[in-house]
Formats: sequence, structure tokens, C-alpha cells
Amino acid sequence: MTDVLRQHAEDAFAGELAALAAQDDRPRPERWKLSPWAVATYLLGGELPDGTRITPKYIGPRRVVEVAVTTLATDRALLLLGVPGTAKTWVSEHLAAAISGDSTMLVQGTAGTPEEAVRYGWNYARLLTQGPSRDALVPSPLMRAMADGKIARVEELTRIPADVQDSLITILSEKTLPIPELGSETQAVRGFNVIATANDRDRGVNELSSALRRRFNTVVLPLPGSLDEEVDIVTRRVNQLGRSLDLPELPGGAEEIRRVVTVFRELRAGITTDGRTKVKTPSGTLSTAEAISVVTNGLALATHFGDGVLRAGDVTSGILGAVVRDPVADQAVWREYVEGVVRERDGWKDFYRAAREVGA
Amino acid sequence: MSSSEVALLGIRHHGPGSARAVAAALTRWQPDAVLIEGPPEADGIVHLAAGKDLVPPVALLAHAVDDPAKAAFWPYAEFSPEWVAIRHAVEHDLPVQFIDLPAGYGFAPAPEESAEESDDETGAGPVADPVALLAEAAGHDDPERWWEDVVEHRTPGEDPLAPFTAVAEAMAALRAEGLGESRRDLLREAHMRQRIRAARRAGHRRIAVVCGAFHVPALAEMPTVAHDRALLAELPKKVRTDITWVPWTHRRLSQSTGYGAGVQSPGWYHHLFTTEGDPVPRWLTRAAELLRAEDHPVSSAHVIEAVRLAETLAVLRGRPLAGLTETLDAVRAVLCEGSDVALELVRDRLVVGDALGEVPDAAPAVPLQRDLTRLQRSLRLKPEAAPREIDLDLRKDTDAARSRLLHRLRLLGVEWGVPARSSVASTGTFRESWRLCWQPEFAVRIAEAAQWGTTVEEAAVNKAVSAARAAVELAELTGLVETCLLAGLSGALPAVMRVLADCAALDTDVAHLAGALPALVRALRYGDVRGTDHGALAEAAAGLAERICVGLPPACVGLDAEGAAAMRGRIDEVHGAIALLDSGGTGTGTGTGTGTGTAAGADGLAGRWAAALHSLARREPAGGPATGAPGLLRGRAVRLLLDDGRLDSEEAGRRLRLVLSIANAPADAAGWVEGFLAGGGALLLHDPRLLALLDEWLSGVSGEVFIDVLPLLRRTFAGLEAGVRTTIGGRVAAGPLGAATVAPEASGELDRARADAAVPVVALLLGVRPKIPRQAVGRNT
Repeated sequence: MTDVLRQHAEDAFAGELAALAAQDDRPRPERWKLSPWAVATYLLGGELPDGTRITPKYIGPRRVVEVAVTTLATDRALLLLGVPGTAKTWVSEHLAAAISGDSTMLVQGTAGTPEEAVRYGWNYARLLTQGPSRDALVPSPLMRAMADGKIARVEELTRIPADVQDSLITILSEKTLPIPELGSETQAVRGFNVIATANDRDRGVNELSSALRRRFNTVVLPLPGSLDEEVDIVTRRVNQLGRSLDLPELPGGAEEIRRVVTVFRELRAGITTDGRTKVKTPSGTLSTAEAISVVTNGLALATHFGDGVLRAGDVTSGILGAVVRDPVADQAVWREYVEGVVRERDGWKDFYRAAREVGA
Repeated sequence: MSSSEVALLGIRHHGPGSARAVAAALTRWQPDAVLIEGPPEADGIVHLAAGKDLVPPVALLAHAVDDPAKAAFWPYAEFSPEWVAIRHAVEHDLPVQFIDLPAGYGFAPAPEESAEESDDETGAGPVADPVALLAEAAGHDDPERWWEDVVEHRTPGEDPLAPFTAVAEAMAALRAEGLGESRRDLLREAHMRQRIRAARRAGHRRIAVVCGAFHVPALAEMPTVAHDRALLAELPKKVRTDITWVPWTHRRLSQSTGYGAGVQSPGWYHHLFTTEGDPVPRWLTRAAELLRAEDHPVSSAHVIEAVRLAETLAVLRGRPLAGLTETLDAVRAVLCEGSDVALELVRDRLVVGDALGEVPDAAPAVPLQRDLTRLQRSLRLKPEAAPREIDLDLRKDTDAARSRLLHRLRLLGVEWGVPARSSVASTGTFRESWRLCWQPEFAVRIAEAAQWGTTVEEAAVNKAVSAARAAVELAELTGLVETCLLAGLSGALPAVMRVLADCAALDTDVAHLAGALPALVRALRYGDVRGTDHGALAEAAAGLAERICVGLPPACVGLDAEGAAAMRGRIDEVHGAIALLDSGGTGTGTGTGTGTGTAAGADGLAGRWAAALHSLARREPAGGPATGAPGLLRGRAVRLLLDDGRLDSEEAGRRLRLVLSIANAPADAAGWVEGFLAGGGALLLHDPRLLALLDEWLSGVSGEVFIDVLPLLRRTFAGLEAGVRTTIGGRVAAGPLGAATVAPEASGELDRARADAAVPVVALLLGVRPKIPRQAVGRNT
């Protein structure tokens, strides 16, 4: 156990990666730590010939992962698209970890991301004393990835201002980063590629220019297809997170997780799982990631303040926080849901009481 | 006998790889006879496949002679192994025989099998899918993909028969476990063996048998003749069957129910089979063209990347070649930029496709089909699988003939054309819009309709007459008359009219009569455009109208609110119809003897209708609502009379005042007002006295009553035009209306110059420009 709050994927799953690398006899693209097939296995899970179990990192359509890995193998950039909480960042981190053994070449896209974050900046003290030189240059993660032949990640690409976005075009099409100040350039070596993630739900983001867009292969990450799938995702992630936060495994958790996921799915779809009742949809996205955080939160509550069993009361306040984003409209939606759907449901008495307590 | 060789070519139905393998095997092995799994009835028409004008996708259609609705299909696409075998045989002048159980047995009422079952399983028995079982044994979850990888994607190697041997062994292993056989399979296989024996007896030395892979093991080992005879003895009596080639579509092939063959991707298979080398790049280029045509910006660079992605995906998935799944994944990720909508387009147009086959004239067909083909050709209306819209101008001969054909086919249950809303905004009676879409199963409908006659016209006439005899409702009959006129079935009219006259004479329900009249009158009106003789029709319509005039007032007594509303709609329609009947007689009277004759009658008719309305308007309830006509209808009658100028506004005002007077029930009064004002409130503006009356009444009713009548009033005024409502509101708000009973006079002198400027337009509107000859006036209005 390390002191780090959250380990990088390549450290957390170092064992699995090593096992895969040891037994992977398929051809690997240059500077790839694993073959494309092994990368797909790492993400989707499976059992190796020597009996090592690879845990699934991504639970969803196999096709999505296969297309993503193949895209990177054909040195095309990969754009992961999806509503918030569909594991875009998660997938991109694990892809980078499996392919380059390094998921840290990361550019976080924000409305204020400057061009230096994508290309390079200067160490001004050096620049003034020594004049422009390679030594005075501060390379961006992208530039380092190009030089080392690794996978670079750009998070929230659509949040980056359009002019900064477009400096990616040369990098992606000519695989080179010109440095006009020095009259030189950095050329990408084999193994370099970019994984970008973008959110297609938010409005007011910076749409990609078509020139940039066509340099990416697009993979849309879907929302979990079924209740069981989503419960599976939440359970796995909660266990992983809980371990890193030293939370004990709690009894009775499975039932509560199922309830949380049910509530999230019903509110997201606007219809109850039995297909009988329509419910209003709140303004929040209610992603799987939020469900995970609700359950983790509940676990922490139960461990530190409760009797050590995950109960309805531990999750309802979290759910309320996730559902009610708009204090007026969403509050009404939630109350209607609690009174109209939760109250009638068999075996949900405790949940209803807890929801009433926090909601009122 | 033992010197003859039999090669059993086990195939997957509609598998392009199987088709290639069959083609290679036949070319190398050079059989002297080809036997194919299919209905033996088709032996006589298989030679048609040699012609250039039998273009797949086509199907063999077999139907029972006595009951054409009992039909079965054997569809063949260009990539079907059976089709390849047929083509090979007819090109090399080899004898071809179909060796399956005759279709005639399938139509016989069998206790345990359904008669409709057609032979379209994917080398599968009904119990389980043997290919799926094999795929599962090989560790694949998708049987289609497994078969593609193992069989279809293999190019034939040195030994052309090798792939078939492998498949046969696998199937033998399956059948050894007793999986997937049904009783019907055993019968079919017995029959196939008998036919193979017959081919041997006929002296053929090298016999190629093309059949579903599943049947191969059963044909490889020959039990005794007696065994097979005993099996076949239990067959029911064969039904007399007709068989022919009919055009088919890819879309129909892709459907897994009904007459479909369950081939998920006929367009893709067709591409695979017809493309020599590089199927994936060519297919992606076609996808890019399609997307470009639909305004998705797709460049050649996209296509290059898509090809690379598809091929690398295939490697990652360990498949020998990029298949449809890989290609579609590449299309989605690269060409469509992740959009499922664009992908759906590719799926629909390319993976399935719109291909429609063609069949030569020489193919046996019911005479009705031949007549239809002849008409389609002479009218230049080609059957196409992709829907399209056409606009017909009925003043042109060809268009009129087209319209008649489409109407006749509709009458026969072949909904090739469906009337559509015109894309050209026109309400003219000489324009018709149709949406055309040819469905392969129309072949069956035509075979069914063949019982009615040998030409489209004859069949339609007979069907119309028989439908008329079977009709029970008057409206049904008049609808039929309308259809007959639209379809130009003058042959059917006298008979239909006779039934109509009888039925109308017996039917005493005014509602029925009133429902029937408008269709008749419409028919009369269209008759002119279509040049049909409508003398008899006019008489029938006049007769019907008279009976309505007589029956209307009593029929309106004692109706409840719902009945009154329905009756109001009918009265409006009949009123319009009678007006048309009237103008049809006098205005467009084309000079025929009957024309003028009915004109006089119709004029009298209009008078009688007015009398009926008068009588209706007077039927006030004396004691309780059940004793008179509802206010709604009385108000309506007054309004219709007023509009026709048979009642002056003075009188209308008087009636309104009477109705609104205190003695009357307010609900009845509100109904009256609703009927009176429906369909235009402008008269309230033109005659301020009426508005004043209303205003006075409304201000006078008590609070409780006001609440009672409020919904009615609201409905009434909500129905008025927005402009009228605003103006009325303005007038009412302006002050007491009772004082302003006199309309404000136009003050001062006329401004002659300005008035003159308006004269030409008014003249044009009225059609009184001196240049226009007098007799044209009536037609223009």
C-alpha cells in the first residue's frame, strides 16, 4: 500500500500488465509494451494461459475497445466521445498505460488551456540569460510523448479554445511540432499517438473544426446497456476505490448498490424499469460515475459514522445531491419520484423513509 | 449403374462463399447433369435463366391453382449458390433438375406441418440451427461469422471439392448425434434420393447435386429404394400447382419473417460476390459516395483510414478477412464520426440495398400478370422497389390511363400506388398524386386476383361487382361507385348502380343516405374530368337526394348532443353535395340530353332541399328536448338558408331573437347560436343587429345559466376566424350595441379615380371581362 491517494493505472495494475507482457507472443507495433490483442484483453478482462486472471477495466461492448485499440495501432488519433461519466477518461488512461506503460502524458483541457500546454513554453530565466536554446524550452506533455514515442492524452478536448485546438492539426497530420524560434522541430517517433476525450452533452463547448475532426477516429462510449451491467460496474469500482481508501468491505452493500443504480437508471431514462410508470428527468446527467461516487460516499458514512453496514440512509443523501442540481425544478422531480415510485415499491420501505428524511 | 459419380455440393443458402465454391467446383469437375434442391415443378421454366432478361434477385413462386393464396417462394439472388448452379448448367447446356419435394405436397392440408412453410432455412432443420451448433463447438458465439470465416471467406483451393467434403463431415457428425432433423426433412431427403436414382437411370455419368449442407450426409448414403418408397407413401395427395419466376428484392431477402430469407446483408453479399478483389476498399468507397450524396462531408482520406481500420480490426479479431462487422465498425468510427444515424443510412442502402429483379416475358404467368406487364410498359410505369412519388395530370391521356390502372390495382388489393398528398399545392380535380412502391409479394396478390379475370380491367370489374353484391352498407356502395368511376370501370357501373338503387330503396336511415350522397356527387363531378358517362349516376344521386329531403326533418327530432353534432356534419356535407349537383347540372351541362334533363330536376331539388331545411328550422321542441330538433340543427338550417339567399337577414334576425327570448331553454339557444355561427362569423360583423341581439341576450341570462351555457358559447366563438373574433371583441368593448343598429353609412362622395382603379380586379374576380366569351363563365367559376 502506497501513500499515494490514487495510483496511476500502470502502477495499480502493474502485475496484470507484467503477466500480459510475459505471455504475449503476438506482434507488437514499435514501442508498444503489449500487442493490440493483449491491450484489448487488458481492458476487457480474461484469463491468460497460465491462469492469471485479468480483471475487466471496461465493462461494455467489446466492439468499442477493439475499435479504439485498432485505431491507435493504425497511428490514427482516437477521439472518445460520450456523455459525462461513461468512462472516457478511465478508458483513455488504461489504454495509455497498457500501450506505453505511462498514462501521465496528460493535457487537461479547460477554457483557459494555453497554447504552451499543447506545444511548448519557455523557462524565462534561462531564455534571458542564455538566449533561445533547447535548454530554455519547456516541452508540453504532448511534445515529450512525441519524442519518447508514447501515447499522449488530451482530456476534454472540446473545452479548449478553438485556436489552441487547431495547433493539434500539424501534430496529428505531419507528426511533427515545429519550433520556429529555434528554426528546428521535434518529430514524433513511432509509438506516438493521441487519445482525446470529449463530452457531447454540454452546450457552449468549442466544436472541433472539420480539419481537426477528420484526423480522429471517433468512438462513442455508450451508457451501460442493462441494470446488471451497471450494477457490475459500480460494484467493481466501489471495491477498488474502497480498497485504496482503506474502507472495509461492507456486508449488505450489493442490495443498496442495486437500488442506487435502479434509481439512477430510472431517472435517466424517464421511465421505471418495469416500463409502467413515466417519471420526470432531472437536469443532471446521473452517470455511472456519479452512482459510483454516491456508493463510495455511502460506504465511508457507514464505516465511520454508522454501524458498518451500508444502509439506505447512507446513500440517499448522496443520491439527493446527484439528482438535485437545480434547487427548484429538480427538487420537485425528486419528490415526485420518491412519492410516486419509491413509496409503492415492495421492500423499499427503509429507502423511502430515508429519502423522506433527507428530502424534507 | 455403379459407374456414375455423384458430387454432393453442400451449401449454405444465399452464401456468397458457397456460391464461389460451387462455381469453381462445377467448372473443374464438369458434371453432365446438375440437380438442385428446389421444387421439381420448376424444371420446365429453368431454361429461362439462360436469357439476359431474367435478372436476380428473382424467386420461384409456386401456388396452388385452386387457391392462389397458398403460395411458396424460393428466392435466388445473384450470390445464391443455387442460382450459380442454374446459370452454369444452362450456359453449358446441361440438364438441370430440381429434386426437392414438389411444392404441391406442401399445399396439401397436412396434419402436422403448416402449408406455408417455405424452404428458406439456412441449411437448418427446424429443431435447431446446425450451423449454430457447429459454431458453438468451435467456440464462436456468432454462427454467421463463424461460417463466413471457415467457409465463405475461403477462396477455392486446388481441390474444388475439398471444402464440400469438410462441410459434409461436420454435418455428418452433427446428424450422428441426431440433431436438427424433422420428419419433413426425412421426407424431402427420401425424395431427393429418388431423383438422384432417376438421374442415374437416365444415364448421366457425373451428377452434381447442389443442396443445403445439412442434407448432404443423408444423400451420401443410399438406403434401399423400398425404404424411400415406403417413406414417400405417407405423403398426402399432391395439389395442382402453378409455378413461375417473379421479381424479388434484396429488402425482402433480408426479412426473416414471411417471405423473407433471413439474409441479414444481401447488399453486402452481392458486393462480395460480384467484386473481383479488394472488396473492402470498394465497398467503403461506395459508402463514402452514398454519404456524400446525403451531405456528409467524407473525403478520400476518410476512406483510406477506414480501410486501414477495418483491416487492422480483422487482424485484431483474428479473422482471415475484414467482414461486414469490421467494415461497419470502420464506417462508424471514421466515415460517420461516431454517428449512428449516418450508419443506419449505410446499413439500409448498402448492406440491404434496393435491388429489384427482372423476369422475362416468356416466364409463365397468369394472364392477368401479362396484361399488367403490358400496361406497365405502354404507360411507362416501371415497378421499382424504392418508393417514389408521381403527380398525374388527368387531362392528359397517359396520366389518366395511369391513374385508372393504379385505381384498378387498388381495387384488386395490389397497393402498388397509394394516394399521396400532392407535392404541388393544388386542389384541382384534375391532379392526383401517388406514392409508388413495388413489393415482391404483389406477385401473389396478382395470382390471387387472377380468379377475377384475365385483364386488369376485367378483373377489376368483376371484383367490383362481387364486392357490390356483398356490401351491406350504403356508404360502402357509394364508395365503390366512386372507385369505379376513378378506375374508369364503366363495365361495373350498371351492376353496382343497380345494387345501389336497391339498397338505397330499402335503407330508410337518413343518416346512411346522407353519408352516401357526398361520395356519389364527388364521383359525378370527377366523371367530367375522366370522361366517363355518368347519366345513370346523376339519376341515382338525384333520387338519393330527394329521399334525404323527405326524410331529414323527422330524422333530426329528438337527437342527443352527440347525435346532433354528427348530423350537423352530414347536413353540411349534403348541402355541399346538393349545391354541386345543382351547379353540375346547370353550370357545366355539356349539352347531352340527360344533362339538361337532370338540370331541371336538380333545380327543383335545390328548392326541395331548401324546403326541407325550412321545415327543420321550424321543428322547435314544444315540451322537452325530445319533441323537436336540437337547437344546433335548427340554427344550422337557418344559416344554410341565409347563406343561399333563401332567407333574408331580417328574417334570420327575427329567428335569432325568438330563439334567444326568455321562453327558450338557454342550452337550446346556445346550441342554436353554435349551429348558426359555425363556419364563419363574418355575418355578425356585416349585420350589427345580430350581434346586438346576441349581446343583449347574453347580458340578460342569469349567472347560473351563464355558467351552463358558457362551454357551448366558448366552443362557438373559438370556432370563428381570429380576425372576426378580434373585431367582434372590439365592437362589444366599444359600447352598447343596441344603439348602433344601423350600419354606419359610407360618408361623402365616391372618389371616382380610386374606385375605377379597383374595377378591373373586381371584374376579373367576377369573370365579366368583355373579352371572355359568355359560355366560359360557368366553367371558370
